[in-house]
Amino acid sequence: MAATGVDVDAHRTEAAAPVTVRRSRRVRPARVLLHAFLIVTVLVWLAPLVWTVYTSLRPYPDTFRLGYFSIGGHYGFTNFANAWNQADLIRFYGNTLIVTVPAVLLTLLLASFVAFAVSRFSWKLNVAVLIVFTAGNLLPQQVIITPLYRLFLMIPLPAWMNQSGTLYDSYWGLIAIHVAFQTGFCTFVLSNYMRTIPHELTEAALIDGASVWRQFWRIILPLCRPALAALATLEFIFVYNDFFWALVLMSTGDKRPITSALANLQGIYFTDDNLIAAGALLAALPTLIVYLTLQRQFVRGLTLGATKG
Amino acid sequence: MATVRRTAPAGARARRRARKLTRRDRTVLAVMVGIPAALHIALVWVPTLGSIALSFSRWEGVGGFDTIQWIKTLNYRQIFTIYPPFWPAVRHNFIWLGFLFLATGFGLYLAVQLDKRLRMTRLYQSIIFLPVMLSLAIVGFIWRLVYSHDDGLLNNLLGTHVDWLGNSRINLWAALVASGWRHVGYIMIIYLAGLKSLDPSLREAAAIDGANEWQSFRRVVFPALKPINVVVLVITAIESLRAFDLVYVINRGTNGLELVSVLVTNNIVGEASRIGYGSALAVILLVVSLVFIIPYLVVYFRGSFAGRGAR
Repeated sequence: MAATGVDVDAHRTEAAAPVTVRRSRRVRPARVLLHAFLIVTVLVWLAPLVWTVYTSLRPYPDTFRLGYFSIGGHYGFTNFANAWNQADLIRFYGNTLIVTVPAVLLTLLLASFVAFAVSRFSWKLNVAVLIVFTAGNLLPQQVIITPLYRLFLMIPLPAWMNQSGTLYDSYWGLIAIHVAFQTGFCTFVLSNYMRTIPHELTEAALIDGASVWRQFWRIILPLCRPALAALATLEFIFVYNDFFWALVLMSTGDKRPITSALANLQGIYFTDDNLIAAGALLAALPTLIVYLTLQRQFVRGLTLGATKG
Repeated sequence: MATVRRTAPAGARARRRARKLTRRDRTVLAVMVGIPAALHIALVWVPTLGSIALSFSRWEGVGGFDTIQWIKTLNYRQIFTIYPPFWPAVRHNFIWLGFLFLATGFGLYLAVQLDKRLRMTRLYQSIIFLPVMLSLAIVGFIWRLVYSHDDGLLNNLLGTHVDWLGNSRINLWAALVASGWRHVGYIMIIYLAGLKSLDPSLREAAAIDGANEWQSFRRVVFPALKPINVVVLVITAIESLRAFDLVYVINRGTNGLELVSVLVTNNIVGEASRIGYGSALAVILLVVSLVFIIPYLVVYFRGSFAGRGAR
């Protein structure tokens, strides 16, 4: 009975003429219900994270004595310190840096090359090139992993590049596959973006006798700065979060980037839930920093791929 | 400057531009496309073709190419008939797909609600979006703490003693909830962007015509979101075929969490390296992915290039 009452009332408000005025003055039951629903949803969404943070702040002896689902005992950052020191986490952050920075920069550079060529000039193969890149990026990684794994074992690298002498188990190989795979998505986004830049801008330069390279480097690329910033943020997270490539193409556990190293560390160094929680949060820290500082760029990067076109 | 402003038919302009490129410019452009394309093709498409070729072979991976035996469709026949984990893995992948579509629906619902002029909408959005930033591996670690048998949040809240991740009847659903936790925010944010880009007069017109909220959504808003719906469809499908990290972190994709992607990987990094077998599984994954990828490409490239050429 209450439900029908709400319904009728809401309906009447909609039908009334000065809708906006009425809405702002009166608290509508439908709105209250919506907020209640959203608050519950948000609490459910936060619960796993809050639980992880809470667990990570408590020393193991306290949780052993009181149980994990309890209040009391000590709180502090000792688990973080232990996780950091025991597992030598700085090394894995270093590995991540070695892979992520060159991979993101190269991806953006190469993708903007292709995007420029296919979006600013009319070749017959433009659409075909774009399809190859776009489709390549959509393939599940497991479709290509078997031959890729063999390929990496077969490609020799000089000893100064990798001690084992192959592309397999090397940072070079990991960077190469990230660049090859991510170029697909970035080319797609950047070519959409570049197509919206008026042709008059480059035509003027062309008539002044500027070379194609100059048009790209001096005119188009600077205009793409917003898209490049968004994509850089997005790609940083994508490459940082990679688990699969490093797991399969990197056999030396100590060389793995942090996200994929975590699976090994757990069990060896992270022996209890408190340490696992602290370790997981430490591994997530860079992404959480990006979330807090560059969330807009990240979202823009995500939606650039989805809404244009 | 004056010459630029001169109006000319678009076709003629394009032709003139193409002719004006010097040989050097052409070389530069060829290199700009050539290098990335070579890398992408060598590391993505050559292995794809490699998977197809090797799926008809038996190869232990030791020794050169001359140790490859060509066995026609034997791998496929064995996979379909006597490989125990295959059909369960396929079933799990389909359940994964179905569940992610439900999560997609929820993401869309949240986007529509949060798109209203609502107090605290930014806060709600930020919180629901938070898991999207985390890797699926970390999502796995976080949810293991939630699902932990004696010490986990869930059992303590519910007062139950369920082995969420150990019981092979329910661990798939437990993993799916964790996966959905991340997926919903992803879809929500994409739809929010789409809703913001819609012409507000569309909805106003619907409201003036007396459409209620649901009618206006079904008849006006949802159809107008078509380009995004297509993207979301392909994202959801591919995500569910790619699913790997989460189940690997939970129990390496065993005991109820088998997925086709895990089987592929087991056949190369597992103790027995069966290249041909792994490739055949990869091709099955490829075929299913193409069912979603090809229609997406057709819709996208037809819609965006038809009539427009490349300008």
